Amino acid sequence: MAKSPETEHPNKVFGWGARDKSGVLSPFHFSRRDNGENDVTVKILFCGVCHTDLHTIKNDWGYTYYPVVPGHEIVGIATKVGKNVTKFKEGDRVGVGVIAGSCQSCESCDQDLENYCPQMSFTYNAIASDGTKNYGGYSENIVVDQRFVLRFPENLPSDSGAPLLCAGITVYSPMKYYGMTEAGKHLGVAGLGGLGHVAVKIGKAFGLKVTVISSSSKKEEEAINHLGADSFLVTSDPQKMKAAIGTMDYIIDTISAVHALYPLLGLLKVNGKLIALGLPEKPLELPMFPLVLGRKMVGGSDVGGLKETQEMLDFCAKHNITADIELIKMDEINSAMERLAKSDVRYRFVIDVANSLSPP
Amino acid sequence: MERLSGEKEQSVEAFGWAARDSSGHLSPFVFSRRKTGEEEVRVKVLYCGICHSDLHCLKNEWHSSTYPLVPGHEIVGEVSEIGSKVSKFNLGDKVGVGCIIDSCRTCQSCREDQENYCTKAVATYNGVHHDGTINYGGYSDHIVVDERYAVKIPHTLPLASAAPLLCAGISMYSPMKYFGLAGPDKHIGIVGLGGLGHIGVRFAKAFGTKVTVISSTTGKSKDALETLGADGFLVSTDEDQMKAATGTMDGIIDTVSASHSISPLIGLLKSNGKLVLLGATEKPFDISAFSLILGRKSIAGSGIGGMKETQEMIDFAAEHGIKAEIEIISMDYVNTAIDRLAKGDVRYRFVIDIANTLAATRS
Repeated sequence: MAKSPETEHPNKVFGWGARDKSGVLSPFHFSRRDNGENDVTVKILFCGVCHTDLHTIKNDWGYTYYPVVPGHEIVGIATKVGKNVTKFKEGDRVGVGVIAGSCQSCESCDQDLENYCPQMSFTYNAIASDGTKNYGGYSENIVVDQRFVLRFPENLPSDSGAPLLCAGITVYSPMKYYGMTEAGKHLGVAGLGGLGHVAVKIGKAFGLKVTVISSSSKKEEEAINHLGADSFLVTSDPQKMKAAIGTMDYIIDTISAVHALYPLLGLLKVNGKLIALGLPEKPLELPMFPLVLGRKMVGGSDVGGLKETQEMLDFCAKHNITADIELIKMDEINSAMERLAKSDVRYRFVIDVANSLSPP
Repeated sequence: MERLSGEKEQSVEAFGWAARDSSGHLSPFVFSRRKTGEEEVRVKVLYCGICHSDLHCLKNEWHSSTYPLVPGHEIVGEVSEIGSKVSKFNLGDKVGVGCIIDSCRTCQSCREDQENYCTKAVATYNGVHHDGTINYGGYSDHIVVDERYAVKIPHTLPLASAAPLLCAGISMYSPMKYFGLAGPDKHIGIVGLGGLGHIGVRFAKAFGTKVTVISSTTGKSKDALETLGADGFLVSTDEDQMKAATGTMDGIIDTVSASHSISPLIGLLKSNGKLVLLGATEKPFDISAFSLILGRKSIAGSGIGGMKETQEMIDFAAEHGIKAEIEIISMDYVNTAIDRLAKGDVRYRFVIDIANTLAATRS
């Protein structure tokens, strides 16, 4: 007989989950495994709301296993550590990000690139190596192998630091990998949401000149005065777009909806790189002339390995980089999702799990 | 040694074959070229390769052709006149002229020897010279070019089969070097076994790179494996073969200009793999962002190479005995050759024997 979410593991847990592609989240009782030798049990304090959570609960990508408990920007306190755990002790403040498992023996894993392991499993909506489903951070606690737990630096606040676990690493990793760390170079950040606003801050910390590229001028004042961007480019202004042609060394494209790549490619210098991070459900159109005529490149990137995620957290702690957040209670999540769908958030919702998640 | 000085505006008569309209039909054409400038060389054309770009331009497929149009940018010839300030060449030197014959010379690309990416790069044919005149290409008896845009052909390289290196050769050599795909620890796929593809296989083997030819049919498998020395041959329409090759390639160089799907190619890449597009495809490709994100893959373009790199490529080819597989034709066969090229019916590049067959077509 198939086990129910509540009975498949020995320890009952409470969280909020979605049961179908309406995406409506509501109280959900399920269970988690015992804390194994290599595991850390984390009592969850805060969990960021990532756009991926929204895509997943609505089954935008067609592979959601309902019921789903989202949440992969988790900060909490270690309450149990297994006997083989050396990196953490009880009481430590820790983070759990997008990945909760990998094979730990392939070439990617050996290179600390668990994110590219073919058997990598996500923190939620994935099947673990024991065949059971992973449930994410919109819940009281989570049990994770120590390899996939991050040490949260002392001066990084738990609430505004939480979004770094996905948004932060998602922009930091390609910025390092594709060489966007040379001071004085010019970075364009397309889309000013959860990822975009963190990319501006990290870009400035690398000493880059940063231009925010947006479809409207709404966020211009904030981008410049509050986030520290050097300039703001509105894509619907043909004159400004023309003047900006061939001026950027790189573009981080965080736009989650289907959009035209051609105008963005035009902004790149010769040999310029555009890193596409948004995951629309329809394909993007890639014109090849701009690529050939300027040896330009469009690449992807998928979060980062655990070692790099730790490096990113330490970097952000050192440079006082945190996300701009709106703290919400667990029962406000559905209206938060509606607002997120309209990009109506400056710039990440974070759920105050510890203070607002309580079983009915 | 005869050297000319001065920049008198006298035209020098020239003869070649041109198309007069977008039918692309070529026929004899008398025209003129400028006098050799101080920093220029006059090159008597011996051979000229037929590039697929010639076909695209003849038929005005890129909507930018000016007629009469004399194509040809895989030119091998002999220096017949030298300007007074020329230092790279002497009379009688065998030289090559490729796809560009001028650039702005001051922008970052030009300063970094990447004249091919200069936004003001001037095409050897159908481009506009800085004096406003239209450039005529290598389907002609001679050409005048600034010494910066000509390369020396080492005497060990047979001339006819060296001609395609000037476009096809550099178009494959440059991305293999730039994208880190040249070396014994790398495995690349080459899509399309035509003018570019076949030369690419030879360069790859000279680099020690493992190379798999990717083709839509089995027709060229024997050639690929036996004549060209490819390590493998993958039929892109064979699902089982494609599946078995998933995630096996560090890079893929796609030479196909016809519209095609690139999603299956992305699947062949290892993590961090690169798909390099060379073919001049008009219609945009559809790509799923997921396919790039999962595995940190990328898609880039590349177009020929700078002059310094073109010389480096020619010298490399001479050192490793790399030459194109060619079918030498007479000038008056050119229209038939263009028709056959359109159908992919050539192993693997037509080269016009200009020196021996052009003059006879002049009535």
